[in-house]
Formats: sequence, C-alpha cells, structure tokens
Amino acid sequence: MRFTRTSKALGIMAIAAALALSGCGAGGGGEATASVDPAKIIKAYSNEPQNPLLPANTNEVFGGRVVELLFEGLRTYDADGKPVNALAESIETDDAQTWTIKIKDDAKFTNGEAITAKTFVDSWNFAALSTNLQNNGYFFESIDGYADVSAVTTTTDAEGKSIDTPAPTAETMSGLKAVDDSTIEVKLAQPEADWSLRLGYSAFFPLPSAALADPKAYGENPVGNGPYKMAKEGAWQHDSQIELVKNEDYSGPREAKNGGVTFRFYTDPQPAYTDLQGDNLDITDVLPSNALATYTSDFPERNSTKPIATNSTLNIPGYNPNFQGEAGKLRRQALSHAINREEIAKVIFSGTRTPAKAFAPPVIEGFTEDVPGADVLTFDAAKAKELWEQAEAIQPYDGSVLQIASNTDGGNKEWIEAVANGFKNNLGIESEIQPFAKFAEMLNLRKSQSLPGLARAGWQGDYPSLYNFLGPLWATGASSNYEKYSNPEFDALLKEGLGAKTPEEANTKFNEAQAILFEDLPGLPLWDQARPIVWSNNVVKAETGWNGGVLYYNIEAK
Amino acid sequence: MTTNPNHFVAPVEETPLLATDSKITDQAPLSLWAEAWKKLRRRPLFIISAVMILILTVIALFPGLFTNVAPNENCQLANSLGAPEPGHPFGFTYQGCDVYARVIYGTQASLAVGFLSVICVLIIGVTLGAIAGYYGGWLDAVLARLGDIFFALPLILGALVLTQLPMFRENKSVWTVVLVISLLAWPQMARITRGAVIEVRNADFVTAARSLGVSKFGALLRHVLPNALAPVIVLATLELGVFIVAEATLSFLGIGLPPSIMSWGNDISGAQAAIRTNVAILLYPAAALSITVLSFIMLGDAVRDALDPKSRQR
Amino acid sequence: MVSYILRRLLQVIPVFLGTTLLVYYMVFALPGDPIAALFGDRQPPQAVIDALREQYHLNEPFWVQYGLFLKNLFTFNLGVDFTQQPIAATLGRVFPVTAMLAIEALIIQAVFGVLFGVFAGLRKGKLFDSTVLVVSLVVIAVPTFVLGFVFQLVFGVHLAWAKPTVGANAGWTDLILPAVVLGLVSFAYVLRLTRASVIENMNADYVRTATAKGLSRPRVVLTHILRNSMIPVVTYLGANLGGLMGGAIVTEGIFNVPGVGNKLYQAVLRGEGPTVVAIVSVLVLVFVLANLLVDLLYAWLDPRIRYDH
Repeated sequence: MRFTRTSKALGIMAIAAALALSGCGAGGGGEATASVDPAKIIKAYSNEPQNPLLPANTNEVFGGRVVELLFEGLRTYDADGKPVNALAESIETDDAQTWTIKIKDDAKFTNGEAITAKTFVDSWNFAALSTNLQNNGYFFESIDGYADVSAVTTTTDAEGKSIDTPAPTAETMSGLKAVDDSTIEVKLAQPEADWSLRLGYSAFFPLPSAALADPKAYGENPVGNGPYKMAKEGAWQHDSQIELVKNEDYSGPREAKNGGVTFRFYTDPQPAYTDLQGDNLDITDVLPSNALATYTSDFPERNSTKPIATNSTLNIPGYNPNFQGEAGKLRRQALSHAINREEIAKVIFSGTRTPAKAFAPPVIEGFTEDVPGADVLTFDAAKAKELWEQAEAIQPYDGSVLQIASNTDGGNKEWIEAVANGFKNNLGIESEIQPFAKFAEMLNLRKSQSLPGLARAGWQGDYPSLYNFLGPLWATGASSNYEKYSNPEFDALLKEGLGAKTPEEANTKFNEAQAILFEDLPGLPLWDQARPIVWSNNVVKAETGWNGGVLYYNIEAK
Repeated sequence: MTTNPNHFVAPVEETPLLATDSKITDQAPLSLWAEAWKKLRRRPLFIISAVMILILTVIALFPGLFTNVAPNENCQLANSLGAPEPGHPFGFTYQGCDVYARVIYGTQASLAVGFLSVICVLIIGVTLGAIAGYYGGWLDAVLARLGDIFFALPLILGALVLTQLPMFRENKSVWTVVLVISLLAWPQMARITRGAVIEVRNADFVTAARSLGVSKFGALLRHVLPNALAPVIVLATLELGVFIVAEATLSFLGIGLPPSIMSWGNDISGAQAAIRTNVAILLYPAAALSITVLSFIMLGDAVRDALDPKSRQR
Repeated sequence: MVSYILRRLLQVIPVFLGTTLLVYYMVFALPGDPIAALFGDRQPPQAVIDALREQYHLNEPFWVQYGLFLKNLFTFNLGVDFTQQPIAATLGRVFPVTAMLAIEALIIQAVFGVLFGVFAGLRKGKLFDSTVLVVSLVVIAVPTFVLGFVFQLVFGVHLAWAKPTVGANAGWTDLILPAVVLGLVSFAYVLRLTRASVIENMNADYVRTATAKGLSRPRVVLTHILRNSMIPVVTYLGANLGGLMGGAIVTEGIFNVPGVGNKLYQAVLRGEGPTVVAIVSVLVLVFVLANLLVDLLYAWLDPRIRYDH
C-alpha cells in the first residue's frame, strides 16, 4: 500500500465513538444545480480488504468502509460525529455498570432473518471468544466475563519465543444476557460512564446465524442490515472491486441517496487521481502526495478538506546515547527548534497538514495550545544552534549521521528529507532518511530497540479523546510505545485523568501529563492532518464525516 | 555502400576474400583486436564518443571543477522548485537544492553504477553464454537453465534480500547496487551471446579455421566471438542507460543507494514528487543520462564496425 | 527434433526446483514479521498473530516450510494467502490479464522495433537513423513512471481515446495504452538489435550474391537480410516475454492493472512466501517454454543450426 500505514486503521476510526468536534472545514460540496439521480451508482476509491468481511475481524480502512455500509449497529454516528440510536430503542443505566438496551422491533437482515437481543448476544460472544481469532475481539474487554472467553495459554517454543494459544475457560461472557427478544442486559466488569459511546463500533454490529456457522464463507458474501447490500453473490471481485447496491428495506438514519457504491481497488492513489480527472472514478479520499499542490485547481469546487484526528511525531529513542542525560535533553529541544514546521506544511503538504501545537491534534476535545513547554515546537534556528552547542559542551555528539527511519511508501520521503535538511542547515550535523521498503522491517527494529536514529511515527485516533493520543503511545508498556518511553509521573497523571469525574477534570489531568511530555520530549510533535477529498463531475454533493471518512450514503450524483 | 545492381559480379576489392587474405598473411594470430584498434582511431564516430566519455569521466572524478556550489549543503525549502537564477543555472529541486550541482555530483555514482554493472554483466553473461552456445550439449543445458533460474527472480525480491546481507545492511554503496543488478541481469546477456554464437559457430570461416589447425577454444576466441559481438554491444550500450535508471527504482524503494550518495537516478525518482507541478527538474538528470547513453551507443557502433570483418570500408 | 524437445521439457524439473527453493528461501530470509506487518500500527491480540503464524507455518524451520510447500503443490493445493484468499484463484485472475498485456506489448515492440530497425539499418547514418536513435534515447532516459503518466494524462484524460486506467474485467482494448508504455523500453532494444544485425548482414556474402543475381531490393531485404538478422531479435523477444510478464510492476501500477507484477510486488513487500513462490513458479514455466520456442526458431531462421546430434 502506498499511503501511510496509520491510515490502515481508519476503519476503526470511521466507526469509532464520537464527541462533538471543534473541526471546521468545507464539508459539503457545491449546491445541487443538476437534478439528482437517486439510482446512480457511485464509483469510489478503495483497495482490497485484508480479511473476510466480518465486522469484528475488520480492522483496516478498506474493509472497514464496506462493513460500515453493509451493517447497522445499535447506534451510529451522524455527520458531526454525534452518536444517535439506530437499532437501539433506548440505552439505560443507573450505575454505569449494568446497562439495559432495548432493541427496535421488526429489524431484519436482508435475508429476512429477524434481529433480536439474542442476535446481538451471540454476535458479541462470537467476536470475543479467543478461539474465533477476531481482530477486534478486545473491544468487548469491558464486559464482565471477557477475561474468561479471551484467555490464552502462553508457551515457549524451542527458540525461546513465547507463543499465545487461545484457551478460553468459558464460551460466553457472563455479563451478557438476552432478557427477552428485545432486551439486552450488559454487566460491565467495572463502571464506565461512556461505555455506550462505543456501541457504534463495527465490532458491535449484529451478525446473522449464517455468519456464526461458517464465518469464512459468510465473509465472502456478507449479509447485513445496513443502508447497502452486496449487489450479488460474488459481488466482491478480488483485487478488482466490490459492488454494493442500495438496501431498499433499510429505514435507519443513514438512508442511501444514491443507487449503490462500487469500490474500485487501486494499489496506488496516483491512477485513481487520474481516473477522477477523466471522470472514470467518482470520489477518492486518498490523494497522491504529488497532487497536494494541485488538487484544488484540478478539481475546482469539487474538493473538500477537513481536519482529522491524526498527527505525526518524530520519536527519539531513549536508548540512543546521544539523547541521554542533560545533553540529550538539550539536543532533543534543539532538534525540535530546528524543524520549520510552518514551511514544510506549506511547501510539502500544501496546507493539508498544520504545524503541531501539542501532542494531540486540535480537533480533539480538551486540546489546548497552552500546555507548558509547547513553545519548543516553534522554529528558531538560532536557539536550536545555541541549545545544540550547550549540549556539545556537556558531551560531544558522536558524529554519526542522524538517520530518520521511515517506510518509503506513502509519500514520507519528501518531508523527511526536508526535516533532515533542516537539521543539517541549522545544527551543522549530517542527517538523512533511513529508508525501509518494508514497513515490517522498521517495526521490528523499533520493537527490538535497535534503530540507529529517529523514527517517524503517526497516530490516528481511535476516538477523539485526549487520552487516546497519550496513553497508547507514551504510557509505560503501552501497546504502541515502541521506543519504550517511561515516566511514572506521566503514568500517574493519566491514571488520575481516567478516574476523573467529569471530562473537563480529566482533560486538565491529561494536559498536565502533556506538560511532562514536553519536558521529556520522547518524540517531537510535527503536524496534524487534514483529509482532502475530490470528486468527479458526476457527483453533485459529497462530504466527509467528523473523522475524514467519506459519507458514501450521503453522496448525490447526476 | 550498397553494391551497384549493374554489377553481376562484385568488384574484387569488395570481396571478403581479399581482406581475409591480407589479414592472415601479415598479422600475428591475435591481431584482430590490434587491427580493430588501428581502424577505430581513425573514425570520427569513435573520436567524438571517446571525447564525450572522457569529459564525463573527468566530471565524475573531479566534480568540484565544474561547480562551486556544494550540492547537498544549504538546501532551503523556501527555494523549492525555484526557477533558474544567477549561480543556479538549472533552478532548484523539490527540496530546494541546486539542480546543476546535483547533476554534476551525481555523475560519479551514476556512471559507476552503469559502467560497473555493464562490465560485470558482460563478464558473466558473455563467458557463460559463449560457452553454452559454442559447446552445446549438457554444458548448454546446465548454463541455460541456471540462467532461467536467475531470470525468474523478481528484481525487488533479489534486491530486498541482498541488501539485507550483513555485509551490505550497514553500508549500502555503489557496489551493492552493482551486485544486485549484475546478478539479475546477466542471463539476458548470456542468452543473447549464446544465440549469436550458435549462429556463427557453424559458419564457413570457423570450419576453415578449425581445419587449419586452430584449437576449438582458439576458434571461439578468435573467430566466433568477434563475429558474434554485434548484438552484445547493442545490448550492453542500452543496458548502461537502463541500469542507471534501475538504480533510481531501487533507491526509490529504499534498497538502492543511500540518499547521501547523489545520483541521476535518485534525482529522477525524486522528481516523481513534482511530476504534476514542475517536470522540468526531471529533464536535467534525464538529459545527462541521455548524453551518456548516446556516447556509449556511438562508441559501441564504432567498435562494432571496426570489429566486423564484413563491413570493412575504406 | 522430438527427442530434443522432450529433453528440454524434462529440464523444467530441476529449474523449477531450483527456482522455487531459491525464491522461497529469499522470502524466508526477508527481515520483519509478515504477520505483524499486516496490522500496521494497530496490532490485534497476540493470540491472533500467533495463530496466524501457526496457520502459515511461519514458526517452522525453512526446510519444513519448503517441504510443505512442495507437498501441497503435488496435491494441487496452493493454500491461501495472508488475506485468506486461495492462491490458485489469485493465479487464475492475474495471469490472464498480464498475459494479454504482455502479448500486446510484445507485438507492438516486435512489429515497430523490427520495422524501424530495418529502415534505420538500411539508411545507416541518414536522417531516419538519427531520428530513431533520439527516440530510443528518450524512452531509455525517461523513466516509465513519467512516460506512463504522460500517456495516461494525454490519451486517457485530455484526448479521452482510452480509459485512463484498466481496473476490473480488463479486455484487449483496455490494455492497449499500458501495452504501448510497457513495450517502449524494449522497443528501443529490438530496434537497435535489428539495426545492428541488418547493418552486419548487408555486407554478407549471400546478400552480395543475391544482389548480384539480380534479385529485387525488397526481396533481398526480406528473405536474405531480415531473416538472417532475426536471431538476436528473437532471442531478445523470447527472453523479454518473461520480463514483460513478471516485471511490469511500474506500468501495472500506473494503469492499475490487476496483474502479475502488481500482485508480485505486493506479495514481496508483505513477505508472503507462498504467493511469491506460486507466481514465480508459473513465470519459470513461461521462461522455459519461451526459450525452447526461441531455440526452435533458431533452426528455422538459420538452417545451419541443428539440434539433433
């Protein structure tokens, strides 16, 4: 794939829980000047899904966008990211631990099978059971009894590598019950006030009984209950396209305004862009990096750019001797001051990225530019040089070429070269990209703590919360903390924030935690992203949702 | 150069016999090459191409003589894709580096990759191809099938794996790229040589030479190979350019030259970033590449003419 | 002749074993855990990763993995790739598309390359010769990604003579544009090889004899010069067929052709051993057969060449 690895995770994000966002942006397209053809099939950019189309197994962007259109969960998110009830009649709790969910009557899959409380309970138990090996099984971790169904035994193989084998002690989660046909009762392991927010995630979608009987065959020709359905048996032509048509029986909040969506697969965004110029494709949400400067003039009035909850950092491994101790601290600050974020955002990204002001992007609730220490993000060549020289006085730099590791796909090369040139020009050291043709190889070196230099990193929020941009990346032992940064003070503040009574209080704590990051600088925030999309002359109106995902059901075409 | 159609018998000075006679009588056994060199020196085509290659070599060895701009220092993003200005005759790259200086400094690595790869491919390919074609039988079967195996290897796979070998991982250099290219490109050369040798090995002059007591290997060296060189030279001169571009592809994927080594290939693939906005920056390294390939094609033509006993003209 | 062909076909076996062994080992030696790479920054539970490693035998030593591959091969079971798709089905999808593309490209480069090459050779040093020299320089020095892009924009978007990309359900006409781009670099080779051969053969004894006999110029060119000039060209075309089938990564990428090159590239980058080896295995068969055909053509082109000893 030729775009950023992080965008793979968009699938999760596109269905993630949402809060109202402070994002601005164009959003909608031109006014409907021509008559809209409600039967028009939209040809949209996509790529081959990585897994059979089971909601709980789909954790990447291209399968995610299909699953999202094929299914409808208890809740869904409107264009602004506000959760609204879909299949749920009501969701209630008194103590934030036991939840009672009432389901609307008469909900059906497109094969006629009724959707009841039992459908949800069975689907969720299927997704959580570790022997079913569903990628998104961990979304159910809050439910009482999840520990039993997800248990694994860990063995060590001949080479001393540990291997996890699923070994559930129960088939179903004890906290999950279908009281009657229309009532689900969920008991969480501990109270979680915002648990119901996540009920729109794809992992929580209902599955028909056929899916549980033969998941693999079902994943080829999924039957759902969403605004679209597969056009026919075999509508998924591998490596070519997936054809979806409008589900006429659908009556939820996301009713399709077009006749269908054909996702055409491109291994490279470049030809998709050219196809759009020839009206051979109707919409793309992935632009080739060399079109960033021209897309607004190539598609006048037919583009929109909206900030999304995604940012980039340059991580500085703590195991690198050059960046340890007092000298290391000065050097990290010097590097940060030596990056002209403003200029790179303008020249390389043509304004589709904005200079970072914090460790989280501005679209996140609780974001503030005023975290103490955030001034380290401003470009200041003189100060950078001065800090670097102070560091030299304490402990000289070892003279090696400062390498910046990155995978070579996805248009990262250009900005990394620009950053490296900034280091060269402003600090007087040698610096260059350390290119990796295979993302896996770089990941390996990051995990094994053996990168010689810095690492490019990107993070796409699962859901727009400040914690999601801090915890998984910088907390001690966190899943994506590959450089193994660790500061007990930071961990403690995060924990306090999670236990806070109100979101405001929580964000205060998280911002205090951010101040520690600015002090330690385990990574340099670079920029926050926006999601540009363009559409063809066939499309009258198109828009993206709160997270930058195209709202396919809302596309109007002529 | 064509025979006058009114002649029913070729004039005696145009018959190959004369030339063959004169060659055998007054020259030492290995004189073919010496004689070719004698002829070559007088050809304008050769002189022009040799001068061009000499200039390129000087640029490659002493780039500092041709520009006083340090190509990789002080690249300012503010100059990105900037137009030519005094002191910067070709303008600026996407990263704001001086295009002219990068083209000059890129000569070394590009020429080295192209030239060394072609030499390696020639050595391996011509040797194996000539042996396979000339001796035939099981030797041919083994060598040709060996070629098939290497031919089937995908370039990126070979490059990815080779650059991971412990000796290359930490210091990728021109030699890494040369190795990758040679390893995967020699079968093509071998096959062309083999075909040409098969075509020539049964020719009358070979039989004649053998019956005059020339050893089998000697005949291959002195009579078969020189007459089979035309397609080899064509292939080699074109491959020189293709290899320089192949380096670009490898570098672009992160498995070629490290970014600190400047090359035309790196600049050509770097221009991909500006393909929609300013293709001009691509033209300079591509033009340098064209001039190089042109020089070698001309040289190849001259050498081939000089070596070909049939096309001798005075 | 028959026994020669049989012998050659038998040689497929060692080549096949050698290639699969080598390629399988190379994929095996690629750094990085391919399963972890499937998920990027967002890893699923470790048990899922470990189960997938188990399913693809990635924890086994190399010889066990390769042995399993061979065993499966002989039971005509190529297994599934990392996206759970049967590899046999993938091969059945990508090879027809690429075969069409390669054949079109081969025809284009053969026809135009030989035609221009003959004229350039006959008019050595004249204007036409110099013009085609410049053309071949351009196609060699301008990389495919630029040529392809320009063609796509000019013929696909501005002139709209063809669809800019290929995509699903490709037919012969859809593939013309990429075939032209794909054939261009090899066109330069064919052209210059033909030209060199023609120049060499123009002064050959038999051509002089034929001319001396009073044969018409076209007859001399066609039957005497051209036929005798074809050996290097045919050799090149035969060898190049394999390159066109497996190496069209850039062209297939630009025109979004769901073919072999595209798939092979993705599979190599993902470290998907079984898919890479399966594709390469088919490619090897293509090479071997193409080479056999070329060798048989030698005997037809030049009656002095004999294979029966």
